[in-house]
Amino acid sequence: MSERKIRVLVAKPGLDGHDRGAKVIARALRDAGMEVIYTGLRQTPDMIIEAALQEDVDVIGLSILSGAHMALAPVIMEKVHAAGLDDVMVILGGIIPDEDIPILKEAGVSEVFGPGSNTNHIVKVIQDSIRARE
Amino acid sequence: MTLAEEVLGGSRRALARAITAVENQAASAPEVLAALFSHTGHAHLLGVTGAPGTGKSSLVNQLALDARKAGKTVAVLAVDPTSPFTGGAILGDRIRMRELAGDSGVFIRSMATRGSLGGLARATADVVKVLDAAGFDYIMIETVGAGQSEVDIARHAQTTIVVEAPGMGDDVQAIKAGILEIADILVVNKADDPRAETTVRALRAMLDLAHPGDAHAVSHHGMLMRVVLNGQDGAPTEANAWRVPVMTTNALSGEGVPEVLTQVVNHRQHLRDTGEMARREMARIINEVDAALRDRLMADLLDRIPNSELETMVARIARRELAPQQAVSVLVAAYSPIT
Ligand SMILES: Nc1nc2c(ncn2[C@@H]2O[C@H](COP(=O)(O)OP(=O)(O)OP(=O)(O)O)[C@@H](O)[C@H]2O)c(=O)[nH]1
Ligand SMILES: [Mg+2]
Repeated sequence: MSERKIRVLVAKPGLDGHDRGAKVIARALRDAGMEVIYTGLRQTPDMIIEAALQEDVDVIGLSILSGAHMALAPVIMEKVHAAGLDDVMVILGGIIPDEDIPILKEAGVSEVFGPGSNTNHIVKVIQDSIRARE
Repeated sequence: MTLAEEVLGGSRRALARAITAVENQAASAPEVLAALFSHTGHAHLLGVTGAPGTGKSSLVNQLALDARKAGKTVAVLAVDPTSPFTGGAILGDRIRMRELAGDSGVFIRSMATRGSLGGLARATADVVKVLDAAGFDYIMIETVGAGQSEVDIARHAQTTIVVEAPGMGDDVQAIKAGILEIADILVVNKADDPRAETTVRALRAMLDLAHPGDAHAVSHHGMLMRVVLNGQDGAPTEANAWRVPVMTTNALSGEGVPEVLTQVVNHRQHLRDTGEMARREMARIINEVDAALRDRLMADLLDRIPNSELETMVARIARRELAPQQAVSVLVAAYSPIT
């Protein structure tokens, strides 16, 4: 009778005050049958790691619109590894210049989605990745 | 080391994983629960329930902050509804609990209601056991007020706080939902709203009407209970009945919250002094064994009945050859796991 649900932490690190994009993603993931832990604005890297650990999520979705992704994402990835959460998939959404993407992936980010990304596509990428792991 | 041993050793990662296993009813769950069970019974289980948006999460945040100041550790289990259409859920209670971040004496877990109501109560009870075994002094369980589900969950809490907001408690809605009957402490939150006084008065008036002593204890003992507790009388006498306090809080500023926590401590003491703690514990255990027995026997029986046999019976009932009760008698006689 085991029921397996994909659990996703949707977090907004950094100081910008818009979470419309993060909410759209959260709803799309919910509508795809996932359990989305929504933590709100201005999350520090430590808060994100702590929440991901306590909630035992499969995926961390970061929304960074402030342009601070190169400052924030590598720090978060370092802490993800330090906390032993290496099996958690980390995805990043925001306005990310193409040349930054390889560096982010090198740091351990699984996927990067731009502002126009189709939510169905994001859902599918997550589902495929989680399924491949089981 | 087993997962249970790691939980007992204080690993928060193991605790999170054990909760997932139990919540998913994974194959490893019975073993984990069995290994942890003898370590449970320490925590005070505090249910916090009420209509959407009344300020439950904000209040839990403040209660936890105050409990921490008193040197107590706190686990929070925040339950939100699963969408019946998609099976997904957005769990947003942590937004109101950011002040608890970074404190190793606090552990917050969000949980979706997923399946049926009865299933939710069981999953909640099992997750609470894991948190209890991990050694927290308080386990605060937040549930959205929607009727029967909180009654089920309240059965697992030792103290139940029902949260109302100004303008919401002035009608009979709350009584209808059976919410007042499960309250050990009534909190009117958003006391900064000028209508709060009216709500407090309305709730006090309702309590005076609705509480001639014993209805309270009966509702806590659960409707399913068939076993009489060694002749113990569950109804408290007039003299030792708990008087449900109606309190006001501002969950943003924290005003009034220390007084609520004091009442929680008083209520716990009251439960101990009157023997009610032990009675509720027995009632809870009886309910749990009862539910587990049903599940187990049902599963064993269904395993034994071939599908074709079930289909035949259904067809015969449809043709009015057999009444459903007769079909059940035949099936049980032929396939019962108990001989
Ligand atoms: N003015 C005022 N607003 C409050 C108070 N407590 C909570 N709020 C606000 O009320 C809204 C709902 O608060 P929550 O704590 O999320 O309420 P909840 O009952 O947990 O909500 P759900 O979990 O969605 O049912 C938020 O905008 C809070 O900031 C209070 O004491 N006074
Ligand atoms: Mg809430």
